[in-house]
Amino acid sequence: MGVQALLKYIIKKIVTMIPVLVCITVIVFLILHLAPGDPVDLIVGPNVTPEVYENIRNKLGLDQPLTVQYFKFMSNLLRGDLGTSILQQRPVSEIIIERFPVTLELGLSALVISFAIALPAGIIAAVNRNSWPDYACMSGALVGMSMPTFWFGILLMYFFAYKMRLFPISGYGTLRHLVLPAFAMGLTDAAVTARMVRSSMLEVIRQDYIRTARSKGLAEKVVINQHALKNALIPIVTLLGLRMGWLLGGSVILENVFSRPGLGRLIVDSILARDYPVVQGAMIVLTASIMAGNILADILYAVVDPRIKYN
Amino acid sequence: MAEELLEVKDLRTVFYSDGEAIPAVDGVSFGLKKGETLGIVGESGSGKSVTSLSIMRLIPSPPGKVVGGSILFKGQDLLEKTDSDMRKIRGNNISMIFQEPMTSLNPVYTIGKQISETLMLHQNLSKKEATDRAVEMLKLVKIPLPDKRIKQYPHQLSGGMRQRVMIAMALSCRPELLIADEPTTALDVTIQAQILEIIKELKEKTGTAVILITHDLGVVAEIADNVLVMYCGRAVEYSSVRNIFFNPRHPYTSGLLNSIPRVEGPKKKLQAIKGVVPSPNQITKGCRFKTRCDYVHKRCMDEEPPLLEVGQSLVRCWRYCGGGECDG
Ligand SMILES: Nc1ncnc2c1ncn2[C@@H]1O[C@H](COP(=O)(O)OP(=O)(O)OP(=O)(O)O)[C@@H](O)[C@H]1O
Ligand SMILES: [Mg+2]
Repeated sequence: MGVQALLKYIIKKIVTMIPVLVCITVIVFLILHLAPGDPVDLIVGPNVTPEVYENIRNKLGLDQPLTVQYFKFMSNLLRGDLGTSILQQRPVSEIIIERFPVTLELGLSALVISFAIALPAGIIAAVNRNSWPDYACMSGALVGMSMPTFWFGILLMYFFAYKMRLFPISGYGTLRHLVLPAFAMGLTDAAVTARMVRSSMLEVIRQDYIRTARSKGLAEKVVINQHALKNALIPIVTLLGLRMGWLLGGSVILENVFSRPGLGRLIVDSILARDYPVVQGAMIVLTASIMAGNILADILYAVVDPRIKYN
Repeated sequence: MAEELLEVKDLRTVFYSDGEAIPAVDGVSFGLKKGETLGIVGESGSGKSVTSLSIMRLIPSPPGKVVGGSILFKGQDLLEKTDSDMRKIRGNNISMIFQEPMTSLNPVYTIGKQISETLMLHQNLSKKEATDRAVEMLKLVKIPLPDKRIKQYPHQLSGGMRQRVMIAMALSCRPELLIADEPTTALDVTIQAQILEIIKELKEKTGTAVILITHDLGVVAEIADNVLVMYCGRAVEYSSVRNIFFNPRHPYTSGLLNSIPRVEGPKKKLQAIKGVVPSPNQITKGCRFKTRCDYVHKRCMDEEPPLLEVGQSLVRCWRYCGGGECDG
């Protein structure tokens, strides 16, 4: 595949993303503005004269019809302006740039942990099908899958932070702050991924080309870790895009459990404060990054499977 | 007389199912000299593939297992080799081509990589040397534009082309023995002829001994020196190709011969062998061919005939007991 074809493919993907993004803005905008609650109330408190109240509403543009507000918001968005936070009185983009890396850091390290555990576990389980290593890996996966991430997070926090004092209980800043939430998320994700790797490997191992690889005299290690694994990864990589969404969106709860100032936490806080511009901005960035994850997965897919052509 | 390359003696391979051992190959013996070609024929399920996979020690285990006999290759028993010694033989001294060209190549690796991999493993060639050799091999199996093909993936090739690639791969290390398990069954008739022609030509060029497995006696007539006819995991007739064609002894062999169309000679009605092959778990006492044989009599029902020496053939049929007809 040529680099040019790849670029064309990426551009095409980005173009198809645009309508989806527009839909997301409409949905987010409507939900926020139609939901009960009033940001002005929260800013000024209950004891205020109607004049002052109207004045602030007017300043924020909240007195205008929804369609007008929406188009104003969109035209600002197209200029790269996500608006100004009602609560913090500073640009939304500035706030998001602060918070996004916190979320990304957790999502990516969880992904790395997940694959580092799931790949070997799934392969070992498949190769030793129906014997004790398989049962051990799959029981572990079952436990991991049936435990909600936040609950697992709380358990880790209780034992490793509260009891053993190996890690800080919560907060953000150092690598040690990252360890517990990353493992809480990575391990639960590994449970799902390991099962996928196992079933995908089992399917591949019985293919004719694996017998061919053995008939060439290749070592079992090469047969499994190269000839079989490269094929087994194809469906897993395809699902990677969906998992990106899970890893970024799923951090909303964990960020609250571990008090990490990420995008998820920001969204929750801003919803409670009716800080519309921040919620909108954060949702759009989250959506866009999930889509970017999808594109990345599509590209990886085409890289691992030569039968896929960009079109 | 040429040296004995392969001697299979009393090979028994079973598949376990529900704790029961079901024999797929049951006491088969044959031999092969250097450069010789042996045809193994028989209907579906007679144990041809299991025989060849047993030689390669590639029987999937579980459920399968070689439970008896010996496979002497250049005097050494392959069944006693360690896994790592066996790996040095596979693809290097003994190679195999499979029945299913469409699925036997790895879809995520290029043709070039799949051929050169074997060369780098067994012949200690560098990547560059191996690739050059792979191109040479593709030329040898008459693939047009080998320099281009080598960078392609299996899905970009037709079935016939893929089988040529398999042949190129199998012969790349100049093995002493090539096992071709129905290399043409899955291909069009015209392509079949081309593939067989290539195998025949390369066999002569390289002096490789070949075990050619097929349903088709016509193919065997063209290439083989000796023929082993298998039925339900047993050898039923084993002889030179001349004897098999001009003097078939076993009713099953005659049946197979009558079911191939002939171009020359008087026109005869084509006859399919009546009935179907019993599955391994349906085998009862007596001759395994009794349910389909025109000459069946009482003794066949109770006792299985041994392999009897009849002229220069080995035949498993009571009709030849004592070298002539028996009255049972
Ligand atoms: N993996 C397996 N598990 C269980 N039984 C098997 C397995 N492979 C082969 N067998 C059994 O062994 C017997 C011989 O099969 P084999 O594949 O050798 O036949 P064949 O002569 O090659 O037939 P074909 O012409 O269809 O290729 C069959 O009855 C089959 O059911
Ligand atoms: Mg077969």
